[in-house]
Amino acid sequence: MFHWLEQRPFFFTVVLFIFVAFAGIVETIPDFAKQSQPVVGTKPYSVLELAGRQVYIKDSCNACHSQLIRPFKSETDRYGMYSLSGEYAYDRPFLWGSKRTGPDLMRVGNYRTTDWHENHMMNPTSVVPGTVMPAYPHMFDNKADVATAYANANTQKQVFAVPYDQEGMPKLGSWNEAKAAALEEAKLIVADMKNQDVKNAVANGEIPEIVALIAYLNSLK
Amino acid sequence: MSNSTAIDYDYSIAKAFTFATILFGIIGMLVGVILAFQLAFPELNNLAGEYGTFSRLRPLHTNGVAFGFTLSGIFATWYYVSQRVLKVSLKESPFLMGVAKLHFVLYFITILLAVVTLLSGITTSKEYAELEWPLDLLVVVWWVLWGISIFGLIGIRRERTLYVSMWYYIACFVAIAMLYLFNNMEVPTMLFANGAPSSFMHSISAYAGTNDALVQWWYGHNAVAFVFTTPIIAMIYYFLPKESGQNVYSYKLSIAAFWGLMFVYLWAGGHHLVYSTVPDWMQTMGSVMSVVLILPSWGSAINMLLTMKGEWGQLQSNPLIKFLVMASTFYMLSTIEGPIQAIKSVNAIAHFTDWIPGHVHDGVLGWVVFMIMASLFHMAPRMFKREIYSKSLMETQFWLQTVAIVLYFTSMWIAGITQGMMWRAYDEYGSLVYTFIDTVNVLQPYYTIRAVGGLMYLIGFFMFAYNMYKTATCGRVLDKEPTNASPMGA
Repeated sequence: MFHWLEQRPFFFTVVLFIFVAFAGIVETIPDFAKQSQPVVGTKPYSVLELAGRQVYIKDSCNACHSQLIRPFKSETDRYGMYSLSGEYAYDRPFLWGSKRTGPDLMRVGNYRTTDWHENHMMNPTSVVPGTVMPAYPHMFDNKADVATAYANANTQKQVFAVPYDQEGMPKLGSWNEAKAAALEEAKLIVADMKNQDVKNAVANGEIPEIVALIAYLNSLK
Repeated sequence: MSNSTAIDYDYSIAKAFTFATILFGIIGMLVGVILAFQLAFPELNNLAGEYGTFSRLRPLHTNGVAFGFTLSGIFATWYYVSQRVLKVSLKESPFLMGVAKLHFVLYFITILLAVVTLLSGITTSKEYAELEWPLDLLVVVWWVLWGISIFGLIGIRRERTLYVSMWYYIACFVAIAMLYLFNNMEVPTMLFANGAPSSFMHSISAYAGTNDALVQWWYGHNAVAFVFTTPIIAMIYYFLPKESGQNVYSYKLSIAAFWGLMFVYLWAGGHHLVYSTVPDWMQTMGSVMSVVLILPSWGSAINMLLTMKGEWGQLQSNPLIKFLVMASTFYMLSTIEGPIQAIKSVNAIAHFTDWIPGHVHDGVLGWVVFMIMASLFHMAPRMFKREIYSKSLMETQFWLQTVAIVLYFTSMWIAGITQGMMWRAYDEYGSLVYTFIDTVNVLQPYYTIRAVGGLMYLIGFFMFAYNMYKTATCGRVLDKEPTNASPMGA
């Protein structure tokens, strides 16, 4: 049989494809059926939080920080309740990471504050002596891409039926409404910040990346 | 014996990809060394503003070495090996020649665009699938072109039976096509911007949360399988017998190892998700299948080592044989190490630590890069019709890089296990002993050793590049090709 296959490239490739595809079919189909239902109380991200999530992705925070608490006492003591599948229902893409050069961030919103993040992102060693984390001063200058975050949320709503604009869920509305809502949310964050440039920017209707990022990190609970 | 004078093989595309291999190898590994030093000395993060931080450079390193360096090496060897084992020259078909040229040009452009976009922070965040959707589409185009080249050349072949190396190249093509398409299913968000001035480049994954993770690691693990393993096995099945003049030890073993690898490898992705929120049976399946994977992996490696049976003296006389034998040895090391890490109780300690990059690097530095360099060293005298410029430089490079790899993986083993144990250490009162930063500070010496190992390896790679350059430009001219016996008597 093998000699026969080795002289017939077409059938060889067909057999090969079946061998290779088999595992994927068996592994993915059952999980796609039910595992991704949201846990009660899980809500989609607001537009500002999504903008912050995009900053998190842009600067590959996930290269060094996980968002997956494994069911061990040593992890739940350190980071809080272990992760449940349904908590990730609105995560596109998922951000579990594969390496903890820094600590897990799945529930960082429970034990870090806006003020802490502001100091840490500007100068990590000022808060955590000996840390290997880079400083991210450019996040205080660059503006968050709220328009793309809105498109992101709207894509989730239109294509994947994520429940924006439903009762008890975040409101999306039109682009202008969403822009105004994001700015209001940003004002609440900056109220706890001390960097004057950032405060001025928000007062002028612009949202620096750091504000969006902190909104996102605070939402991780 | 050889009657290759009858066919006039065309190496122009193989040469172009050889150039790309060296170029992207230097870029990718240089960035890797910078990253290693940044972990040891964090001040180095802020030398180039937002473009020089660890987080921006890390995807550039992984993409640079995997899709810049390794894929170039795969394509370079493909355009060399395929003509020889299929007994057909690229020149015979102007169409396939055009496809091959377009393949190279589009590929090269894609990698350059990848460098620019990743440095600008345009990324999907999914590991080894970071490129955004316009680049993904470009990748699909040249992957299809490569497929046309594979099946086109096979279509006009003179040798009816496909040699083992061909099986592995076809496997690389088919599996990556499937994996890449499914993992990169994404929706460009500008299609639903609803009037907002959103970014053209941005997209979101078609899968959410746990499902996304499952697809990602089915892809991520098997990108390793079908970029870092199968095409590299294709290389060793061709170049080791060629260089040593020995027949492959066992045909049956090569069949068993091939089909075994094809069937088992795809199951093993679940070992990246042990103790995560994917269903338990998949995690267990991933662990078990990873252990089973030892059999086909070692099957190929043993087949290669036994091919040297009775000819071990060549190890002393020919530095190229040193690279080839060391590569299969490192392949054995990393394919026993991987399954160990996949065992659930070991994974509980190893996951998220530096043992994982340690494992990756003994595989890639010792197996993938050694094999690609050895293949190009074998090809150079035949492509350029010149003798290798300096064998003693090859010798020095071999030892420098071997020591470098040992420094790399031993330091990462210690770092990973140390940190994994510290994370779970409790005192007598039931409290965690160490804060997170304690477990980071303890790693500093190991990060330094690793960075030095990486730097040594990079210096070795520069030696390789220099040797190749000198061979191409001023090696002693050969009037006929160096002789060799098997396979296929080409």
